Amino acid sequence: MTLDQIEPGGSGTVTAVSGEDALTTRILEMGVTPGCSFAVLGTAPLGDPIEIEVRGYRLSLRKSEAALVTVEANK
Amino acid sequence: MLTNQTDTEITVALVGNPNTGKSTLFNALSGQNQRTGNYPGVTVEKKIGHYKIEDQQFQVIDLPGTYSLGPKSPDETIALKVLLGRQSDVPEPDVIICVADANNLERNLFLVSQVTDLGATVILALNMVDVATRNGIQVDAERLAERLDIPVVPIQANKKVGIEQLKTEINRVITSGAVSTGHSFPEQVEQEIDTVKQAIDPVGCNPRSRFLAQRLLLDGSGMVSKIVGPNAALEGVVNASRQRLADSGVQLAAIESMSRYRIISELTEQAIRRPTERATTLTDRIDRVLTNRIWGVVVFIVVMVAIFQAIFVWSVPLMDGIDGSVGWLADTVGGWLPEGAFRSLVTDGMIAGVGSVIIFLPQILILFLFIALLEDCGYMARAAYLMDKMMSRIGLSGKSFIPLLSSFGCAIPGIMATRTIDNWRDRLITMLVAPLMSCSARLPVYILLIAAFVPATGLLNGWISLQGLVMFSMYVIGVVVAMAMAWLLRMTLLKGDTPPFVMELPEYKIPSIVNALKRMWEQAAAFLKRAGTLIFAVSIVVWALSYFPHPASIEQQVQDRYAAMDFQGTAEEFEAAVYRDTSSTYLQQSYLARVGKTIEPVVRPLGWDWKVASAVVASFPAREVVVGTLGVLYNVGDEVDAESDTLRDRLKSATWDGSDRKVFNLPMALGLMVFFALCAQCISTLAIMVRETGGYRWPIFTFVYMTALAYVGALVVYQVGMRISG
Repeated sequence: MTLDQIEPGGSGTVTAVSGEDALTTRILEMGVTPGCSFAVLGTAPLGDPIEIEVRGYRLSLRKSEAALVTVEANK
Repeated sequence: MLTNQTDTEITVALVGNPNTGKSTLFNALSGQNQRTGNYPGVTVEKKIGHYKIEDQQFQVIDLPGTYSLGPKSPDETIALKVLLGRQSDVPEPDVIICVADANNLERNLFLVSQVTDLGATVILALNMVDVATRNGIQVDAERLAERLDIPVVPIQANKKVGIEQLKTEINRVITSGAVSTGHSFPEQVEQEIDTVKQAIDPVGCNPRSRFLAQRLLLDGSGMVSKIVGPNAALEGVVNASRQRLADSGVQLAAIESMSRYRIISELTEQAIRRPTERATTLTDRIDRVLTNRIWGVVVFIVVMVAIFQAIFVWSVPLMDGIDGSVGWLADTVGGWLPEGAFRSLVTDGMIAGVGSVIIFLPQILILFLFIALLEDCGYMARAAYLMDKMMSRIGLSGKSFIPLLSSFGCAIPGIMATRTIDNWRDRLITMLVAPLMSCSARLPVYILLIAAFVPATGLLNGWISLQGLVMFSMYVIGVVVAMAMAWLLRMTLLKGDTPPFVMELPEYKIPSIVNALKRMWEQAAAFLKRAGTLIFAVSIVVWALSYFPHPASIEQQVQDRYAAMDFQGTAEEFEAAVYRDTSSTYLQQSYLARVGKTIEPVVRPLGWDWKVASAVVASFPAREVVVGTLGVLYNVGDEVDAESDTLRDRLKSATWDGSDRKVFNLPMALGLMVFFALCAQCISTLAIMVRETGGYRWPIFTFVYMTALAYVGALVVYQVGMRISG
């Protein structure tokens, strides 16, 4: 499952971030690393980008970018 | 290590994530003693301040905010270069102060951990400790200092708390010369860093070369190798090291973040206590409204209308005031000087030239006050978040929205506002299309031509006025062409993927008025200094074109002609008529008119005669000049404005030289409006582009593409219009 598929209000743990380019590096540098937990806070009015909480702060990223993040959803 | 104790200046660099209050700390440290400019060759803002303790001078450099020392933008590259001591115009920092937000320490520590690897003297300034305490976050500064092996000073930069302690600490570390070195990576990676370091600096005299080696090894963006310069041998070593790591299963894009955040997690477990239950914060409550599907959009529209209103309407009294004062000054000074070329140079050239520069100040000041407040309080990021989906369709990001919206008021502040866009290509495209937005300077042109040539009929039972519809179409044409150009540029010259939108949404906070006013003033000063000189020069050139040649015989001829005629009217009316006729006759034989006559064959397909051509050429410094120039050329005096009935009538009755065919008709007027909607007739915009793009290449490109579009647009409208109207 990837981060873009988690509904607002859902949460989980990051398991991997795929890719080798600058975008992947930026996502990781912002603290979205394997093992960290996150919560999806909402989406922008047009449905994209999404807003998540990670490491105690709010981060927004596009769905296409969130699709690089493999996650395990909390039940 | 440090020998410069008294005579030389000590350099302190401030580095930190965006939204950590770094600039507030910079202001608190250096007070009024600061200057801003650009780093050479790039448009990254360079802020340097000074302070003094006893006899020791300190120089503070405020580096651009960055999340990482793995550079991905010009801003981040500059930060890294300065820290490495490889930015030629600033000395290598003696002390580095890493500013971190105590509320958001975990992510902030990523940059801190990179800086401690640098092999430099580092202090951690822990900002906003008061807010953190209020949020129930307890940071154990001593434990943090012990684990990071650097001094940690808690501060509240906005209340100037802890600033003295920070200065004392800077003095102390200068004397002790303690240098931090980190060991953040798995052994295998550290070994490869050593290998690269050997290739850069075999003797090992520069303590920062190991950090440079680390950056070279880990950076996939290619920006670090540009810092070093071309070096095939070194590149070979780096590639071999990267290959060995990749072969053994190391994900190079991920290894740094994974290693550092692993250490950070341990660290925060020991030094930070957070409330176990996440309480609903103020930001949560505000965001529930501001990013809501309905209310978020409503508030967004209200904010944007307010900005639009401010730069469009509120600035008008100020601009009129400036306009009036400039006119008054020209009259007064003109009264002191003897009539002749010198008086005309001073009043029509210099004073009017300066006036055309400062007339933009109200819009720049108002827009930047808004932008600074919106950025400071945290709304700017939300605005970009809301608009991203729409803007990404044309290959831009949400951050381009406000600069483009502002350009409806005036493209100059709009282009300056693109500094909030961190991706360079994105920023460049936004700057290149911003002048297509119909700015307020086009209004006088639209008003004049619409009132004169578009019938005042109503459509749909009078609900829509045809004149209003034509005006609205001009705005639509600008927007549609801008969107198409942005898309086209992204597909051709500035090829690339849509830039990433991985962006922090900062906590809301009460904006600092002092910071906002400071920011506003910096922008205004930058505009006056850099753009002012160029605008001034061009204004003088255009003045000279329209003034010379200026033989005294012409004045005599006009006077003789009037003396011979039987003039009906008062003495004042007689004087005015002679004056108008004289200026008109002079202008009609000036170099400007000769230029107009020379290009007439080129613009004839647009339905323009040489007078229109001359007026368009004269309006190169600023579009609205076309109205006044048409006024002089069609002999109604230079005091006309767009609402002048006489000018309208003159235009309506103007005929081609030597025939009774009318110059102006509906298709020609519509074409002329389209020309002004699409052309780049604004030297101020082009001058500010020179500054913001760091050269003449892009402004020239903009002028050429916009003029070409304007010509084609006017041609199509005129030719098609003439076919239809027969």
